[in-house]
Amino acid sequence: MPAVTEKRVHRLTLPNGLRVVVAPDPAAPVVGVAVYYDVGFRSEPEGRTGFAHLFEHLMFQGSARVGKMEHPRLIQGSGGTMNGSTHPDFTNYFQAVPSNALELTLWLEADRMRSPAVTEENLANQVAVVQNEIRVNVMNRPYGGFPWILLPPVAFDTFANAHNGYGDFSELEAASVQDAEDFFRRFYTPGNAVLALAGDVEAKEAFALVRKHFGDIPARRTPKRPAFSEPPLPAQRRVVHVDPLAPTPAVAIGWRAPHPAREAKASFASVVLAELLAEGDASRLVQRLVLRDRIAISAEAYLGVFGDPFEQRDPQLFTITAMHPQPVAVDLVVDTIQQEIDRIADDGVPDDELTRVQSRLRAQLLRQTDQVISRTQQLAMFEQQRGRAELVWELPDLLGALTARDVQRAAGRLRSESASILVLQAGAAA
Amino acid sequence: MSPVAKGPVRQALSTLPPRPELGPAPRIKVPSLSERVLPSGLRVVAVRRASVPLVEVRLRVPFAGRARSHLAQSSVLTDAFFSGTEIRDAHELAQAIQALGGGLSAGSDADRLAVGGSALAAHLRALLDLLAEVLVQNAYPAEEVAGERARIAEEISISRTTPSTLAGEAVSRRMFGDHPYGRDLPTVEEIHAVTPASLRRLHRDRISPAGAVLVIVGDVNPRRAIDDAEAALAGWQPDGRKPTSLPAVPAFVPGGISLLDRPASVQTSVRLVLPAPSRQHPDYPALSLANTVFAGYFSSRLVANIREDKGYTYSPHSAISHAELASYLTVDADVATDVTAPALVEMWYEQARVAAAPVTREELDSARRYLTGTLALSTASQAGLATTLVRLLDNGLDAAWLRDHPAALAKVTVDDAYRAARRWLAPAASATVLVGDAGVIGGGVEALGALSSLTLD
Repeated sequence: MPAVTEKRVHRLTLPNGLRVVVAPDPAAPVVGVAVYYDVGFRSEPEGRTGFAHLFEHLMFQGSARVGKMEHPRLIQGSGGTMNGSTHPDFTNYFQAVPSNALELTLWLEADRMRSPAVTEENLANQVAVVQNEIRVNVMNRPYGGFPWILLPPVAFDTFANAHNGYGDFSELEAASVQDAEDFFRRFYTPGNAVLALAGDVEAKEAFALVRKHFGDIPARRTPKRPAFSEPPLPAQRRVVHVDPLAPTPAVAIGWRAPHPAREAKASFASVVLAELLAEGDASRLVQRLVLRDRIAISAEAYLGVFGDPFEQRDPQLFTITAMHPQPVAVDLVVDTIQQEIDRIADDGVPDDELTRVQSRLRAQLLRQTDQVISRTQQLAMFEQQRGRAELVWELPDLLGALTARDVQRAAGRLRSESASILVLQAGAAA
Repeated sequence: MSPVAKGPVRQALSTLPPRPELGPAPRIKVPSLSERVLPSGLRVVAVRRASVPLVEVRLRVPFAGRARSHLAQSSVLTDAFFSGTEIRDAHELAQAIQALGGGLSAGSDADRLAVGGSALAAHLRALLDLLAEVLVQNAYPAEEVAGERARIAEEISISRTTPSTLAGEAVSRRMFGDHPYGRDLPTVEEIHAVTPASLRRLHRDRISPAGAVLVIVGDVNPRRAIDDAEAALAGWQPDGRKPTSLPAVPAFVPGGISLLDRPASVQTSVRLVLPAPSRQHPDYPALSLANTVFAGYFSSRLVANIREDKGYTYSPHSAISHAELASYLTVDADVATDVTAPALVEMWYEQARVAAAPVTREELDSARRYLTGTLALSTASQAGLATTLVRLLDNGLDAAWLRDHPAALAKVTVDDAYRAARRWLAPAASATVLVGDAGVIGGGVEALGALSSLTLD
């Protein structure tokens, strides 16, 4: 059987600024390749909502030496998978391929880092595709955009934090080839990217291939990332949204979470708190609201817009959501959630409960690292967003070392008076 | 404001390294399985995969029912599966699962009950003990069952407003009619009619180790894992009853456009449905490849046409599904309402094209490498391997399929793929299902074929 994975990160920074992390693991003949650009929808310009995501689509439309659809064709045609996604603070491109396709994959990523080929025709085509993506994920289904699009404008005041990252249809249609060129030149510089390789590749070989394909991409000035922080909320906020397709109501409550860098420990404690509150049938909110009082159908708690607690820099929200039957008043749901939070803030957490929750978290984190494609993404994400790729392996112990006091303090920060509440009314209730 | 000077990034492309050629593909290692059929009839399969200190467990039990009430009963049964046993209540069970660093969940389809989960590898025995407890001593406490019923009723009302669920239900109805395969969602009334006593009876009569399969994959010693399973599950014994078998599925009558009205829908969910060969059928490898070229991956003809050329849709795709008594192929595309008719024409066109003329050698080779490579990727993690194995075993296959199927794919010729496509993908063999705003799309679609309206109960 294969030896235990060597849990080590090898690093290289090219003269053009591209940072490279490699984590070899020969267990299976597959390799993951991920490129993370340090620009997400928080950085897109006003009047161009949705542009970071639209640009992600354009990165699949071909580049100097790669035709339209050729990137997916070459990756899939070598037996691999690929995709990309746009987040508040980064945009990523990733593939998992049989190890014989590693160099081809690097060649493809280097070509589009050098010069994507955006045309009027491709732009118009991808605007239509993105609009259909928004229809299928937001407009045509109940709870579309709940709460990831609907809650930020309640909790934040600046354009960067509050706007819809999927974008407004008219602003998508207004996007031009020139906008794409400007966005690329400004944000898609080698120095603004992290390249991660994981799996069946040795560090020496990886570095040689990376130098060969990315080494002569010209350096450009790396954009300075603005601080997106906002002052604390002076008072509770509440906004009502009517979802015409929803048959049953829902509520989302958001709080500003601890600063992931300046208050790293408090931030980790919030991760444990979220797990303790709403992960699994033994969790506090599921026990109380769903199983005991039966005033909710489901309850969730998480950090970050898309539920990954480690992918966002400051500010990010600690979010709790619940769907509830129409006859149950939303105030009862909100008050009961707050009661359960206050109970932790006042009484703390029994050690045995904390131990169980930490076991669950440990297993979940390990499970994520078992897939080469998610391990590769995490390496790049932790290196770029948290400054340390090794967190992939260190997190289970970091979270496991937190005490009941730490979790109690994290609960104490979720005050009723600083909550942003989005009430979703069921427009399709019977 | 852009901080950098204007002007495109230019470089002499001729000085750059040329596109690398693909070397020979790495060989796929087929995992070696340890296996034992217990005296109870339960087949236990274990594989050591030490990549992370976890273990994955998958159990499948024959669980078909002929009665119309079976769908509602099995929905409540699986949701209440961890609601309490003779020795522990729901809260204690949930805490016990949490303590293993794990999760356990239950689900069902028209053929099978599926229970699956994972835990820290050191807790495998405790996980199996918990599994045995819910299999042998499940109590279905009245109070908890009442709560689950109310919750499922709410969830069904949500499902019935969700286009993807509605389209899935419409496909099942069109494909299988009144057969148990024809319904995915019970009605709220049927859910409310389920009693704790009926669940206990259903559990006792149907959840039997005879014909069941348990797969264990992880950082474990396989022989000891099987010993643990045998010891933990010793109390789970068959009662001599034969598993219920379902009647044969009705003959599929192709043709026509069935429309489920969803007023104000901003998209139409288009589904093409066709019978397909099972994994054991000699046509299966060739059809898998033809289907991949047609619409089975991002690099397919359908994606190139209705997404990357025309922008009608976001993620069109096709897939082959396997149930015990039937395999079928569905092609999915959610298209903007105002392009429903032209999108449908293009989907039919691509379907007809793959059935009417051979694919190119290049298309075939690309699909072949994709199916072979992604099979290897899907079995490279503990969870992926466990899920793949239990599906194979459930379909009457075994781990050798992981080696034999790529070998069969390697042998398929352009002509084989053409023959399989002609037989299985021909437009004359398919039917069309639409979920969308009938008032807007009806007129345009009517011109394309015999339109009938579809209703769900």
